[in-house]
Amino acid sequence: MELELRGITKRFGSLVANDHIDLAVAPGEIRGLLGENGAGKTTLMNVLYGLVQPDEGEILVDGKQVTIHSPKDAINAKIGMVHQHFMLVPVFTVAENVALGVEQQRKLKIGSLPGIPTGLLDRGRARRQVIELSERYGLQVNPDVRIEDLPVGVQQRVEIIKALLRQASVLILDEPTAVLTPGETEDLFRVMRELREGGRSIVFISHKLKEVQTIADKITVIRRGKVVGERPPSTSDAELAALMVGRPVELKVSKEPAKPADVVLEVTDLTVAGAAGLAAAGQDSRNSVDGVSFQVRAGEILGIAGVQGNGQTELCEALMGLLPSGGQVRLDGKDISRATPHDRLRSGISYIPEDRREDGLVSDFSVADNLVLDLYDRKPFASGIAMDLPAIRANARTLTTEFDVRTSSIDATVGTLSGGNQQKVILAREVGRRVRLLLASQPTRGLDVGSIEFVHRRIIEERDQGVAVIIVSSELDEIYALADRIAVMYEGQITGFRPPSVPVTELGLLMAGVRNGAAADPAGSDGNPDDGPPGGGSAGRTEPT
Amino acid sequence: MTAIVAAVRAPIVANRRLIAAVTFVAFGLIDILIFGLFSHKGDATFAFSLFGAKVTVPSLHVPARPVTYALGIASVLIGVARATVTESKLLKRLSIAAVLLFFVLAMLLWSDTGSWADGIPINVITLMQGTLAASIPLILGALAGCMGERSGVINIAIEGQLLLGAFTAAVVASAVGVLWLGLLSGSLAGGLIGAMLALFAIRFLVDQIILGVVINLLISGLTGYLYDRLLVPDANTYNNASTFSTVKIPVLGDIPVIGPIFFDSTIFLYITYAAIILVQVGLFSTRWGLRVRAVGEHPSAADTVGINVLGIRYRNLILGGMLAGIGGAYLTIGSVGTFSKDMSSGLGYIALAAMIFGRWTPLGATLAALLFGFTTALGSFLGSITVPISPFILGMAPYVATIIAVAGLVGRVRAPAADGKPYLRE
Ligand SMILES: Nc1ncnc2c1ncn2[C@@H]1O[C@H](COP(=O)(O)OP(=O)(O)OP(=O)(O)O)[C@@H](O)[C@H]1O
Ligand SMILES: [Mg+2]
Repeated sequence: MELELRGITKRFGSLVANDHIDLAVAPGEIRGLLGENGAGKTTLMNVLYGLVQPDEGEILVDGKQVTIHSPKDAINAKIGMVHQHFMLVPVFTVAENVALGVEQQRKLKIGSLPGIPTGLLDRGRARRQVIELSERYGLQVNPDVRIEDLPVGVQQRVEIIKALLRQASVLILDEPTAVLTPGETEDLFRVMRELREGGRSIVFISHKLKEVQTIADKITVIRRGKVVGERPPSTSDAELAALMVGRPVELKVSKEPAKPADVVLEVTDLTVAGAAGLAAAGQDSRNSVDGVSFQVRAGEILGIAGVQGNGQTELCEALMGLLPSGGQVRLDGKDISRATPHDRLRSGISYIPEDRREDGLVSDFSVADNLVLDLYDRKPFASGIAMDLPAIRANARTLTTEFDVRTSSIDATVGTLSGGNQQKVILAREVGRRVRLLLASQPTRGLDVGSIEFVHRRIIEERDQGVAVIIVSSELDEIYALADRIAVMYEGQITGFRPPSVPVTELGLLMAGVRNGAAADPAGSDGNPDDGPPGGGSAGRTEPT
Repeated sequence: MTAIVAAVRAPIVANRRLIAAVTFVAFGLIDILIFGLFSHKGDATFAFSLFGAKVTVPSLHVPARPVTYALGIASVLIGVARATVTESKLLKRLSIAAVLLFFVLAMLLWSDTGSWADGIPINVITLMQGTLAASIPLILGALAGCMGERSGVINIAIEGQLLLGAFTAAVVASAVGVLWLGLLSGSLAGGLIGAMLALFAIRFLVDQIILGVVINLLISGLTGYLYDRLLVPDANTYNNASTFSTVKIPVLGDIPVIGPIFFDSTIFLYITYAAIILVQVGLFSTRWGLRVRAVGEHPSAADTVGINVLGIRYRNLILGGMLAGIGGAYLTIGSVGTFSKDMSSGLGYIALAAMIFGRWTPLGATLAALLFGFTTALGSFLGSITVPISPFILGMAPYVATIIAVAGLVGRVRAPAADGKPYLRE
């Protein structure tokens, strides 16, 4: 089916999110959609899916004008969408989420009569449909696990299965790869190609230029609500980036070698039990973090690499006191293993959580309030029991300008911001507070290339000011760009420490759980002088006893 | 959960266990120190047949003092176990049930051996019939609450629905003279309030708690006014309904003990059975229920798969209101026949507590409502044998039970995630 958008315009108050956008997608075409954070990509797709009503413009399917007032209209027009923020009910199982809206009823069979619908859910059928689709497209997922017990990467698969089940002719994927591992992204691309063969069209939104170049047939770039160009996939990174942001972008930030000082964080034998939900579903009963030990010094960045779902999330949450754990955590020599999250924040840790909507922000609070979410009761934002509102607003104005948070006002609720801008709100709050330890999980997920450049530069600045930094990322590019020392996690354990000069292939092996010979002991491997990162002195520092 | 929320919540979770344990021990000590020490010599008698029943079951004689002591000691032990051993969920619930049961038994043993009791046996069947009778409006009200909150709208107006249902049913049944019309109109009256609630909460985004309270005040004022102006001056026409008579179910009704309690009652009890089953099965095993729960948990997820979020909320509030309206009708044409001012007397709020105590499930809410119904029945039984406790204190029993149940024993429950939050697409 051929889809065409003509002159779509959407305003939110004074802000023009879409400004006369034209876009035509042919059958069997994968269209890449690029644009910086807040450019209006999601808004445009929400218009197409009936979630947002445009102020102007029309939508044509196969040359005929259609009105799409609700997602129901969009589904009927065979348009499917995988949303940037998951549309899954956390307390439902995978099968229930997939079936929702297209539920099958159990039929009562009497003799040879056609079955009489009973209104009762046919859960067995829903399960079988999930299993069938997940096998056909290689999207591994257990239909009986509750969504809230699943890591985000698997939740994304569920979203894709949902769209596939509805047999959409046009599939909109809004940053589907932001939470996927490289392997999963490959799988997704395979599925996308298969769908393209079948004559379906796909709109693919991503901030990762390489991905768009790989999979798209044609790339449309929007900036500040306007289409600024259409390019073939052979266009260079630099040109696409410049087109998106409107200025040349430095894709790799340069940095000086680290000058590590005293040990700030010392983690000894940290262990977190496996997720109860998964264990109950018979999936996994191992520890999700299994006897992890490491140290981080002031003025260095430890990058924790690994395929998503190997215990990184749990490691971060345990370090913050959000999950019960065994073992010891010392900050500046003080044991904080039993401290509450509140006390850990107070003793000088900044935390950028992996799941921004769930753990990092209060969607219904304003941008200004979210920017002091963990500081509101301290000077300079409070005096006595009263919050100092002028100070909070001044702080918000400074930070939104500095971090280029695109919002109509600092009083807008955070939920109305674009995905990337929400992430920037967290970064603005946590980075640059001059704490002792910055713990950042997927810090640049969902950010455009320009913002990534800026955030990377800020994190390196922090390091140079003597902050100890831990970056957890499944993006190897990010690990290489930032880390002074790389730890690789696999199945809850650290399979090795390496200097940033390590070749990708070696990291890949470590991430797949292959340890080389003598380096079998995670602590011991770091004691190997060959592993010392350049810039010196850090080899053999990480062996706890 | 944000880091900050977790920080605040941690100590509360740790304390919960201690609170439960202390509550249990306190109950045990009351058993021993009050009902045990002040008990009288002799046996208490429990009767299991109604006067004139065809098949009679022998009565049970229990020595009061030693058994009361034993029950108290058992409760204290359960409390100690709660504080020291980590128990499974099932065990925790069983221990709550056991402590409450022991408490009630101790109280009965004490009351039945007193000089005031005059050898009157405790008739278990009358007590249970009274329990069910008191529970009917609570159960129907709690089901109305479940229907609303599972779809994401808080219904504080159950009280008003009961009251208007009671009023309308009485007036229609007595003016027209047809009981069934009274029942129907009472139900519609409840549905009407549901519709009003839905309109203001969903369309005009009025705060749902305030809205519910305002509706309750409105209905109380309205029925009070009409009562003074219409029902009092012309009671024969407007406030003189008959009541539904009991219908015994063949076979089932003849089973000893069980039969007279569960299968020999008015149509209201049977409607209640049906409603419990329909709502329970409906919510958890049908397409409708899956959609309702999706709307109550994550409305935008439901919206994006083409479900009409607001439509489901309207429908649930109206249907729920109709159930509560039937519960209200029961208060007049199901039991006393006449309407009196503010006769729902807080039952709607207790129904709300039952819903929460029952963790937003119809079956759980029913069990909780039965517990509250039982305290009411127990209060009136104790009143009838003139125990030396002030009738006002006995009348407080259901409310005290509500506070203890919700504050001390419910523990952490999770309301539907979007409960009380209006849904706006943009
Ligand atoms: N409901 C809303 N109310 C007010 N402003 C909104 C609303 N939805 C979006 N906006 C604004 O419209 C602009 C475009 O947002 P949109 O989500 O389309 O960006 P995007 O291109 O998807 O960005 P990202 O890459 O960060 O996801 C943003 O500035 C955002 O703040
Ligand atoms: Mg977006």
